[in-house]
Amino acid sequence: MKNFVKALLGSAAVAMFAVPASAATLDDVKAKGHVQCGVNTGLIGFSAPDDQGNWKGLDVDFCRAVAAAIFDDPEAVQFTPLSAKDRFTALQSGEVDVLSRNTTWTISRDTALGLNFAGVTYYDGQGFMINAKKLQGINSALQLSGAAVCVQAGTTTELNLADYFKANNMEYSPVVFEKFEEVNAAYDAGRCDVYTTDQSGLYAVRLNLTNPDDHIVLPEIISKEPLGPVVRHGDDQWLDIVKWVYYALVNAEELGVSQANLEEKMNSDNPEVRRLLGTEDGSKLGTDLGLTNDFAVRAIKHVGNYGEIFERNVGADSPLKISRGINALWTKGGLQYGMPIR
Amino acid sequence: MATPQSTVEGAAPRVPLFYDPRVRGIAYQVLVFAGLVALIYWIIGNTSANLQRANIASGFDFLQGRAGFDIGDSLVEYSSDSTYGRALFVGFLNTLRVAIIGILTATIIGFIIGIGRLSKNWLINRICLVYVEVFRNIPPLLVIFFWYFGVLSVLPSPRESIDLPLGSYLNSRGLYFPRFLWGEGAWLVLLGLVLGLVFAFFVRRWAHKRQMTTGEQFPVFWTSAGLIVGLPLLAFIVTGLPLSFEFPALSTFNLQGGIQVRPEFLALYLALSFYTAAFIAEIVRAGVLGVSHGQSEAAQALGLRSGQSMRLVIIPQALRIIIPPLTSQYLNLTKNSSLAVAIGYPDLVATGGTTLNQTGQAIEVVAIWLVVYLGLSLGTAALMNWYNARMALVER
Ligand SMILES: N[C@@H](CCC(=O)N[C@@H](CS)C(=O)NCC(=O)O)C(=O)O
Repeated sequence: MKNFVKALLGSAAVAMFAVPASAATLDDVKAKGHVQCGVNTGLIGFSAPDDQGNWKGLDVDFCRAVAAAIFDDPEAVQFTPLSAKDRFTALQSGEVDVLSRNTTWTISRDTALGLNFAGVTYYDGQGFMINAKKLQGINSALQLSGAAVCVQAGTTTELNLADYFKANNMEYSPVVFEKFEEVNAAYDAGRCDVYTTDQSGLYAVRLNLTNPDDHIVLPEIISKEPLGPVVRHGDDQWLDIVKWVYYALVNAEELGVSQANLEEKMNSDNPEVRRLLGTEDGSKLGTDLGLTNDFAVRAIKHVGNYGEIFERNVGADSPLKISRGINALWTKGGLQYGMPIR
Repeated sequence: MATPQSTVEGAAPRVPLFYDPRVRGIAYQVLVFAGLVALIYWIIGNTSANLQRANIASGFDFLQGRAGFDIGDSLVEYSSDSTYGRALFVGFLNTLRVAIIGILTATIIGFIIGIGRLSKNWLINRICLVYVEVFRNIPPLLVIFFWYFGVLSVLPSPRESIDLPLGSYLNSRGLYFPRFLWGEGAWLVLLGLVLGLVFAFFVRRWAHKRQMTTGEQFPVFWTSAGLIVGLPLLAFIVTGLPLSFEFPALSTFNLQGGIQVRPEFLALYLALSFYTAAFIAEIVRAGVLGVSHGQSEAAQALGLRSGQSMRLVIIPQALRIIIPPLTSQYLNLTKNSSLAVAIGYPDLVATGGTTLNQTGQAIEVVAIWLVVYLGLSLGTAALMNWYNARMALVER
């Protein structure tokens, strides 16, 4: 019933107050004094509140970077936890200014849903997790015919799952929940044999299971899941801001500019670094964006460059210990590529 | 007689139209109606303009699109290749299924508990009271979670299924029954059943008539039972037992074969039935208490036994009090079934929600929800009103 009412209100909001969608989001944000950011309800490494109730994670840090670029304050951001199903309505209706919630970039979301993706902060793919202790001898997704599979509603995961089993002529029994905690609880209670979601998500979910060590992630990756921040259609300036904050973070890593050496780099004579940091004489790069010329400095100062954000939240310095893999810089064989700042 | 009337009419001063209360009343109504129409018109216009500006798709064409997602529990043929419209239909049937079976069960439990609350037996009375107080005071969502996560977590995995009689099993994946596989000539059994029902109906009518005219009673119940069970049984034996069973059996992951009732359905069905039964019990109790005491005394004076007096005198009168509030409990149960989404039972709200999310067509999907639930509620209400009218007419 609650969801029903929520969806109802959400669509009523879309119906009547979609007007701000075309207004300047930046002005609204400045007037409010903070960025309203839609995040996950609790996915370790991407967005989850810690013991003190502070939001932590890669998606969270991206929002902080946007807030820092605008306000020079990484705290000038408020988080709205959103389930997979509610997230797009929340963005369309103006409840959040940016959605940074492990959301896969697809053509229909980009078009029919009236959204714009600003970039890919994490390249992922869908995988499967099973309880290896209960299901001994299973080491490939192709052995899963007949299994009960837990999955969250309103995700690309649900669709890829159907495609994969169909393509491989396998049967399965979907057990679909709307809320993340419910999927996790049902899998933990043995309602399903298999848990499927983005692979990064599987590692995060595993940490919270009763016996994490009993569970293994199968080797198959069955889809492409480019995850990134999303904004509404109809405000090019705001799209540019979100997009270029992201590219600035990647460029910073490419140029070796980090939280630690930022002071020193401010005096660099490397023209690329000077353009990124807005120290070039007469530069208008930041102001043309609607921000200040030092927007990248502000973001890096408070949250670090892309690599630092990655390592802190999902990489070596985190419980997830995910290696950079395809998320390494293009110069190191990965896919992260900062568009030129000039 | 005619004189004073004409005087009054003649004396009435001509009021300006504006002060005529009738004209004013009509004018106000027209104004309000026009205002409402204008508002709706404005909302529709504004909505479609906004949707267009935000480039969000609209219209009902999406119903023909390929759904792409699977549904675990479906009464009709469905696969990920089916359309969104079909997915919504599957959800609608699931809503109907849990609502209808839930209403039947809740009514039976409710009547038993409600009558039990009036029992002079202290233990029965208290047990029923505790039941009512417990279930009436817990939010339905918690009852659903209790049945789902509470019961699910103690059930064993498929490999350690609990054996039930008749080749049935219970495990964390649900309840499994053998499936009947009818062989050749099985239609005769069905025919036997239909004939049995028809005969029983006529026997009842005949016996009633005879009792009215001669006062003689006829064992209607046993005759009907004999007909309804006997005829199909006879056909079954004559056609050479055309029935075999498909028993559920263990495969790599789950039990395969047989009929599976999924825990999501079970939890929702049990929760809704038990929860609503508590309210129905109170309604039944109030209804029975609402029949004046003189009625049961009169029944006793006629020499009716207490069971008979309950069945023939009290309940028929109590029903007139019971039916209207019972209707709203039925509506509540149907609407509460939308809590299904919390435990992954694919009802209309769940499949609609997924459709909404994949297509982004919030307004259309919400409109479908509204129309369907409104239709279900109005339909239930109409049925119950009809029944109510029938019961009321019995009065002589
Ligand atoms: N990337 C996929 C799936 C994203 C997703 O929602 N994943 C789930 C499972 S890990 C999740 O994060 N749920 C958390 C929540 O609903 O708060 C998509 O965009 O559809």
